[in-house]
Amino acid sequence: MPVIKARVTVTLKNGVLDPQGKAIEHALDGLGFGGVGSVRQGKVFDVEIDGADKAKAEADLNAMCEKLLANTVIENYSVTLI
Amino acid sequence: MKSAVVLLPGLNRDRDMIAALTKISGKAPVTVWQTDTEIPDVDLIAIPGGFSFGDYLRCGAIAARMPVLRAVAEKAAKGVQVVGVCNGFQILVEAGLLPGALMRNTSLKFVCREVKLEVANANTAFTRNYAAGQIIRCPVAHHDGNYFADPETLKRIEGSGQVVFRYAEGTNPNGSINDIAGIVNDKGNVLGLMPHPENLIEAAHGGEDGRALFESALGLSKAA
Repeated sequence: MPVIKARVTVTLKNGVLDPQGKAIEHALDGLGFGGVGSVRQGKVFDVEIDGADKAKAEADLNAMCEKLLANTVIENYSVTLI
Repeated sequence: MKSAVVLLPGLNRDRDMIAALTKISGKAPVTVWQTDTEIPDVDLIAIPGGFSFGDYLRCGAIAARMPVLRAVAEKAAKGVQVVGVCNGFQILVEAGLLPGALMRNTSLKFVCREVKLEVANANTAFTRNYAAGQIIRCPVAHHDGNYFADPETLKRIEGSGQVVFRYAEGTNPNGSINDIAGIVNDKGNVLGLMPHPENLIEAAHGGEDGRALFESALGLSKAA
């Protein structure tokens, strides 16, 4: 069975406060990495889908993001087939 | 008055909610499990707090996609009152039954303490036994209670009185925008709040400031 591999990236929308990103930013500063202007934390999902129909896989992945993987109130997502 | 409590794996305040509803209504609530597709006829459905599905992915995200939540949405659409406390609030926003989102506390710490709440709207089914502007005590215990809504949504819910409870007297424990602690939907029959009113309903709890919320929702008059 062929497998389609995809990477889904979910990031916070602009303007949404990201306390975890802020904490990481401060920690980087504390480690001596000066000049880090901003850190935003997101999520990556590596998904394997059985089959060879890339168009269907992409449509399904977008639906997965809309229904579960992302909260579109606060997050953007992007789907890349690898 | 009849009530139901939604049970999902990982919730841990269900027994507190059942005890509170039993004591206040004089009748044990029915319980509905995550896979149930129908909820019996009740006046109030409560979704308790906890860590449903380990809060994996996002708090409340997986619970919100369970069959029982579709049943809750159907009941809510028919006007049945629904209250979600803590994780229950997170589940209601993830299910799209309430606007906005609940983010990680700005302190990044789990907070477990007592806060003060202002009754920002006493003209709802859940708050009519309180006075407008009344300050009540209430416990909170959460890691992700930082309410967020985009400016347009915020303006809408503020303008329509959907903000029902606000953290008062500088006790905002999580960085929530506009000190928002609890909101209702536009129809006013679905309430979500981070604090735990079910844990302050009798003298043994050290106070009963949370009791009027359930009395209001159950159509009971204020206890003497």
